Amino acid sequence: MAKLQGLLFGLATLVLVVVATVLFMKDWLPPLKSDRVGIDHAIAITLVVTGLVFIVTNLLLAWFSYHYQDHEGARAAYWHDNPRLEWTWTLVTAGILAVFLFNALHLWGQINSPPPADAVLIEVTGQQFAWNVRYPGKDGVLGKTDHLIASQDNPIGLVKDDPAAKDDILLLNQLYLPKDKPVRVEVRSMDVVHSFFLPNFRVKQDAMPGMTIEIWFVPKETGDFDIACAQHCGLGHYRMRGQVHVVPAAELDKAVAEAAQ
Amino acid sequence: MAHTEAHAAEAHAHAPQAFIWRYVFSKDHKVIGVQYYVTAMFMALVAGLLAMLIRLQLAWPEKDWSALQKIIPGGFDSGVMRPEFYTMLFTMHGTLMVFFVLSTAPVSGFGNLLIPLQVGTRDMAFPFLNGLSFWTFLCGCVVILTSFFVGAGAAGAGWTSYPPLSALRGAVPGSDIGQTFWIAGMVLFIASFTMGGLNFVTTIVNMRTKGMSMLRLPLTMWAMLLVAILGLLSFPALTGASLMLLLDRHFGTSFFLPAGLVLNNVPVVGANGQFLHKGGSPLLWQHLFWFLGHPEVYILMLPALGFTSDILTTFCRKALFGYKAMVGAMLAIGGLSFIVWGHHMFVSGMSPYLGMAFAVGTILIAVPSAVKVFNWLATLWRSRIQYRTPMLWAMGVVSLFISGGLSGIWLGQGAPDIQLHDTFFVIAHFHLIMAGAALFGVFGATAMWFPKMFGRTMNETLGKLHFWFTFVAYYGTFFPMHYIGLAGHMRRIYDPYQYPYLKNLQPLNQFITVSAIVLGVSQILFFVNFFWSAFKGQKASENPWNANGLEWTTASPPPHGNWPGAIPEVHRWPYEYSNPSAPTDHVMQHEPPMAVEAGH
Amino acid sequence: MATDFFEARAPLAPPVAERPGGPAGPVSIDDGDGGHRPWTAFDPAQFGLWAFLGTVTMLFIGFTSAYIVRRTALDWRALPVPRLLWWNTGALILSGVALEAGRARGRARDGSALRACLLASGLLALLFVAGQFQAWRLLSRAGFFLASSPHSSFFYLLSGVHLVHLGGGLVWFVLLRFRLRARVYSDAGVDRALSLFATYWHFLALLWVYVVVLVFGF
Repeated sequence: MAKLQGLLFGLATLVLVVVATVLFMKDWLPPLKSDRVGIDHAIAITLVVTGLVFIVTNLLLAWFSYHYQDHEGARAAYWHDNPRLEWTWTLVTAGILAVFLFNALHLWGQINSPPPADAVLIEVTGQQFAWNVRYPGKDGVLGKTDHLIASQDNPIGLVKDDPAAKDDILLLNQLYLPKDKPVRVEVRSMDVVHSFFLPNFRVKQDAMPGMTIEIWFVPKETGDFDIACAQHCGLGHYRMRGQVHVVPAAELDKAVAEAAQ
Repeated sequence: MAHTEAHAAEAHAHAPQAFIWRYVFSKDHKVIGVQYYVTAMFMALVAGLLAMLIRLQLAWPEKDWSALQKIIPGGFDSGVMRPEFYTMLFTMHGTLMVFFVLSTAPVSGFGNLLIPLQVGTRDMAFPFLNGLSFWTFLCGCVVILTSFFVGAGAAGAGWTSYPPLSALRGAVPGSDIGQTFWIAGMVLFIASFTMGGLNFVTTIVNMRTKGMSMLRLPLTMWAMLLVAILGLLSFPALTGASLMLLLDRHFGTSFFLPAGLVLNNVPVVGANGQFLHKGGSPLLWQHLFWFLGHPEVYILMLPALGFTSDILTTFCRKALFGYKAMVGAMLAIGGLSFIVWGHHMFVSGMSPYLGMAFAVGTILIAVPSAVKVFNWLATLWRSRIQYRTPMLWAMGVVSLFISGGLSGIWLGQGAPDIQLHDTFFVIAHFHLIMAGAALFGVFGATAMWFPKMFGRTMNETLGKLHFWFTFVAYYGTFFPMHYIGLAGHMRRIYDPYQYPYLKNLQPLNQFITVSAIVLGVSQILFFVNFFWSAFKGQKASENPWNANGLEWTTASPPPHGNWPGAIPEVHRWPYEYSNPSAPTDHVMQHEPPMAVEAGH
Repeated sequence: MATDFFEARAPLAPPVAERPGGPAGPVSIDDGDGGHRPWTAFDPAQFGLWAFLGTVTMLFIGFTSAYIVRRTALDWRALPVPRLLWWNTGALILSGVALEAGRARGRARDGSALRACLLASGLLALLFVAGQFQAWRLLSRAGFFLASSPHSSFFYLLSGVHLVHLGGGLVWFVLLRFRLRARVYSDAGVDRALSLFATYWHFLALLWVYVVVLVFGF
């Protein structure tokens, strides 16, 4: 019975390893449509390394729990210190993690770098439970907003007398992006914390009330994708959904103008 | 010696006789420990049922649950679960589990039970404070449970209670009066935890028996000491933040609320037509919350790591490998836990430079965690394992600690977290490592120290069945969450299938739900075993597992005052197993020095 | 000279040198302060108290970081310093001075002087409490309410939380006075009990000075 317990423990962990490996054969991440391929690479490398550690440690656990079982006349080894061994595995772990960290920080810096000068400016303002998308129009400048005058007809409180506001184009839950051109998105919120999540673009940024947070990325393929809200924002959180439409860069203005009508 | 024994006799005379003073308003650490434990178990039942309802909704969101509606009329609308009920479910599941179950059972429950027994003293340093701590905790439980029945229901802004959602009363129904109850419950909980923490620190530092130097403490005691220090230093941040949130909610202050809030297209203005709030920072709450929140996850986990080391050595009859490294690793984890909170906020909009610093700290914390795993594996190597129930749970902790720890490296790097943040990947990660390790640790500790609670041992067959069902169902529930998280499944979502790209995850969600129900139902085995064994189980001897700690030198259960005679003195560490020069395979901490030991 | 604190105490507690468990007292399970072991470095009660002061300090560090973050916001409107605060601060510090004077007299076994000093200390503490309420009243009369500006919010919050801790100290003070009257402590115990309380009391005075400096100093 005791033997069986050990075997079972080993088997359970082994089976999990096998099941996990088989399931991972599938391509789980949503197809990548932006320039943030670094995130996918980081995930893939981490998967391989942590997967190896997972398999090795679980095999050891399985082997030990099966092999070193109590039996008549046996006594465990008396062995409780080996500084050289301990320093070795500590430093090796630290070394491997340092490599990870080096890559991670580099990637992090890249993603959070200032946007290129030619980036297309778009503002996305979250509210319960919709995404207000605003394009600056021909002048390239977003008009002033005043939240005090926000209303049903003017959800983001656009100051209509502001000359810069005249040509602003507002869309609801529809985001048009140019293919192969950097996009600079100013993320804002009217009420609570939302999170602007584009699963296919590896983009996620909390929309924090009182703050304007800028992110940038480059859409790489045309097509229609989802905007999701990733931060619990109230009862309608689950249906705070929008669409991204990536169009050829030359057709962006036309597509936005058509969508506004 | 003579007066110590005279004193012990006096201690017996001091044991209160009336039932109410002995078992209800007791100041005895063992009674208080069991009170905490049983209360936490009740809270676990509530929080577990909430989890089952969450899973039902995620697997079959459109199904007609008229039968459930008869039991919980407020939660359903013509058989379909209401979103406001769902927000309440996940908020309260998290709050209850993190604070009222998994901080309480291992820390307040087993901490109180074990500290005086393992360090060798007759009670905690401040027994009255200890009793007060439990009753404060119970008040907290009552307040937080009452919140389900007030106003528009319990809090609904998530267990993290991010403002403005938790501050604006119209933002979500739970932010009506339920959130105020949440704050009150949390403040009571923190007060109780502080009283307990003061007792833990003082008892472990000052009241060790003769010979019990810090480096002879069982690792469980090191864990309890660290947990108490972490609690004392980190919980005040949440106390302060909760008070500020309360003022923002009810008195119009603007600690966390910026100007320009517009709810449902109506600006949140005061009588003068100006914004009611201005200048506050929602990020500030997140910083304060996670300054507590991250040490808090180690408050849950460290005791489990301590139990695991103690159980593992006992049942594989082998000395713990690398005791000093284990202590060092715990100290490092505890210390680093104060500088990593920002990894919960990578996409919150805080400065990217801060994000970098937090990524460094987070990846750093993986080193001591890995050391712990390696040392456990080295302990198992060339041991001789006895598969008793506590051992199975300890092995379970090791397994979960590996599985959950590795996914931490995914998230901690920062950039991958942009995709994985607030998805089920995170849910998988913390349920495996934090909740799972803590839960399995508590089950292991229960089986291990049951004799010291009730003087009986738990039923082995039921215990093993319970373990295997729980182990397999636990993995079945939480491991697949990695996949749906990678696929972009957001957390806290009432109906994921509103999103076309999540539609094909429904079968996997249903698999998870079935596993979760198996997991939930198999806990019946535990409850049956617990109560049956407490009253009818096999009577336990002083030291049923042939373990080495001081708690095994006294009767099961120990009398009031713990040792009828003098408190034993300590001559060695608690992991002296299978020493070839010793006549038996274990030498207890209090046994007089052997000839070989006298030499050095 | 001798008064109720120092008379006829012997029957309740044996002389220190004869107590089981060493000079620091017996390993008693029913009073919280008797568990001291001679081979550990600290007195448990003192140690526990310092740990508590540590956690209160963390609470105020939390508030301080919030204060610093919040100060940078644009809506900051400075709050005038109510003059009364200086008097209050003086009263609280003097209360501690009176307590220390009492302890010194107590060590000299001068019971009546100890009692007088404790009375003075208590009255000064009450004066501080009354003064704090008056300061709040003056501020609100001048139009500075809790929600008027972040500066006033922080002042009310910090002084309020400080006052709650001070209230706890006053309850302790009353219990202590009551227990002294009921001759609970031995000779050495009187100073030990007073020294514990004094640690907390001076901490509160220091904390108050810190709050004033934080809120009005920079």
